Amino acid sequence: MKNRSRIQILYFLMAIILFAVGIFQSWNVALTIFNLCLISSIMTLGINVQWGNAGIVNFGVMGFAALGGLANIIISMPPTSNAWETGGNFIVIGLMIFVLSIIFSVFMFKRVNFNKRIKYLISFLIIFVGYFIMRLMVDSPIEQIESIEPAKTGYLGGFNLPVIISWPVGGLLAAFAAFIIGKISLGLRSDYLAIATLGISEIIIYILKNEDWLSRGVKNVNGLPRPVPYEIELQSREWVLETANILKIPLPEVSSIIVKLSYSVLFLLVLLVILYLLQIAVKSPWGRMMRAIRDNEVSANAMGKDIKKRHLQVFIIGSAIVGIAGAMLTTLDGQFTPVSYQPLRYTFLIWIMVIVGGSGNNFGSIIGAFLIWFFWIQSEPLGLWLLSFITSHISDTNLIKSHLQENAAHIRLMFMGMILLVTLRFAPKGLIPEVKR
Amino acid sequence: MDFLNGITLISNYILIPGLTYGSQLALGALGITIVYSVLRFSNFAHGEFMSFGAMTSILLCWLFLILEINLNPLPTAIIVLPFAIIITIFYCILVDKIIFKFYRRQNSKSVINLIVSIGVMFFTGGLIRFIIGPGDKNFFDGERFILKAKTFKNYTGLSEGLALKTTQGITIVLSIILVVLLFWFLNKTKTGKSMRAYSDNKELALLSGINPEKVVLITWIITGTLACVAGTLYGLDKSYKPFTYLHLVLPIFSAAIVGGVGNPVGAIIGGFVIAFSELIVTFAYKKIFFYFLPNYLVPDGLLQILSTDYKIAISFIILVLVLLIRPTGIYKGKII
Repeated sequence: MKNRSRIQILYFLMAIILFAVGIFQSWNVALTIFNLCLISSIMTLGINVQWGNAGIVNFGVMGFAALGGLANIIISMPPTSNAWETGGNFIVIGLMIFVLSIIFSVFMFKRVNFNKRIKYLISFLIIFVGYFIMRLMVDSPIEQIESIEPAKTGYLGGFNLPVIISWPVGGLLAAFAAFIIGKISLGLRSDYLAIATLGISEIIIYILKNEDWLSRGVKNVNGLPRPVPYEIELQSREWVLETANILKIPLPEVSSIIVKLSYSVLFLLVLLVILYLLQIAVKSPWGRMMRAIRDNEVSANAMGKDIKKRHLQVFIIGSAIVGIAGAMLTTLDGQFTPVSYQPLRYTFLIWIMVIVGGSGNNFGSIIGAFLIWFFWIQSEPLGLWLLSFITSHISDTNLIKSHLQENAAHIRLMFMGMILLVTLRFAPKGLIPEVKR
Repeated sequence: MDFLNGITLISNYILIPGLTYGSQLALGALGITIVYSVLRFSNFAHGEFMSFGAMTSILLCWLFLILEINLNPLPTAIIVLPFAIIITIFYCILVDKIIFKFYRRQNSKSVINLIVSIGVMFFTGGLIRFIIGPGDKNFFDGERFILKAKTFKNYTGLSEGLALKTTQGITIVLSIILVVLLFWFLNKTKTGKSMRAYSDNKELALLSGINPEKVVLITWIITGTLACVAGTLYGLDKSYKPFTYLHLVLPIFSAAIVGGVGNPVGAIIGGFVIAFSELIVTFAYKKIFFYFLPNYLVPDGLLQILSTDYKIAISFIILVLVLLIRPTGIYKGKII
């Protein structure tokens, strides 16, 4: 099989590249890249289910990843003392009233037979009234919660559970959001769906940025608990000391390598489980049905397939996978920073990974994630090196040269654009094409 | 008096900023709508084209500063604009010839074109940051205000001021000129009519002997012009930063979709709908009530519907609402 040898060669090549980084740069850098590659490849798997198998354009990666990150706070942070007593319950009740008013107005809209314009007006009024009741209930408790030691807490906090639980919970949060978003926007044509999901993901980020009682907003949540031991802890262990002695590597480096390796093992496990499940799904009749719907909606519909339901299903599954990856990313960072969620880095970069790797092929998506993330990280030094090579005959005091070198870091955006364009032009099926069945 | 004060307050904080921001959005949305109706894809790179236009304006402004050519009290950007437009058009056509043309020949699906435009967006964004750097650039010179708040207060004796910045005046005037020209071109000239025919029914237009390459060329000329003017005006008004243009794409798309994609009139209406609803929803109504209601009825608090932090999110919320209720937009655009 041609594909199999391609997979072997590309994976082998990637391993060599990472080992080379380990040997020539440092193992710490190599492992950092490797961990982020693993997380990115889980995200690409999520998008690949939607785009490669079902043809759904989901530009909301950023939002789902951020929801996964939020799960970290809700699950693992200790609850802020007095926050729930001062008004946490009011906030929950207020939000529930708002949600109920939306559900009620939708229900009314669907069930009541009446003039359409008046129905719109009435459902709008119901939501408006619900919103104002919520604001009345919520405004002062929020203010109180946000004033509890605003420099340290000022938010509700979480449930103080082990942080690993936040990974599946992140997936669930994302799945729940995907259910609502899918209900709203899956009926739209692909262009509109792309824009709608992008817009909704921006709304999610705006909420996380500004609702301080939930996520501390732009003040960030630092010091999230870890699923692996801390470096300092490791440095006092007997066996770590011994390994450092044997390998002749300084102790701090050994401990940080061990921490990163344990993360890698955890991430690799998650990746393998998800990959295994997806491979089964793709090969099953379900996968065949999804591809049939992708290739020809009309005839699939004629065969009695419920396209809307299948689309919603696959949208939820893919988004949940992205949510899990998002939760893992925040755990790895150890902090939740809503400002860091940018569509360029989260949504579009993941999409480039999927396209370059090969849409419709899970192994392709993974290698795409590895290669693109590696380039994304390394193109900064690469760009700098390239520039100093080109401008080597210009004297160092030249204004143009110094200006160019200052901006060399941004060359990576150009690199990414070029990689995407070249792939789409010359290998539109990606590095590892979809298997013809 | 209170009534007049209230009216002034509304004009100063809602009407004038709304008109300015609305015209910028409308120009951007027109560009997206025209590409959509002729080339049949959503052009995500449009924001970066605008940024490119603004960048060329800035670079030319610096050049003119060295040559000591200016138009005091008007900003230098105005003399520079025609040249910047030509360069932006040139860039757009170049991108089309190298990249988009291939997919047009292949009759690719619109999703593929959309993803291609994301590649163009990445490349152009990188190019711009590479040339001018990611930092903040302010290229406004000349007189800052057409009408100062203080002058207005002294003149009318009201306690509320009304200010009109030069950039706001220029934006509104230039947008009106550009839109009038565009509609004259589309509706009255033969080339414009052929373009509309092509967008309406491609096969029929080809059968009638319309040259498709010429139509595409003119589309990019119009798009480049609109993008350059909109980008420069936005940069002039709010100070130029490459990063902001990526975030501007979504409100612009919202404007185009709200108005009905593929419909130029809709794009303009959509731009103003988005701009005004952003301002109306985040405006603190306390002062208005202070002027219009008897004192004992004025409530406490700022009376904002949503806090100002959500300003940009409003355009997305409107987008979602429109997609839910009337996916074809206010004016019926292309059917989804």
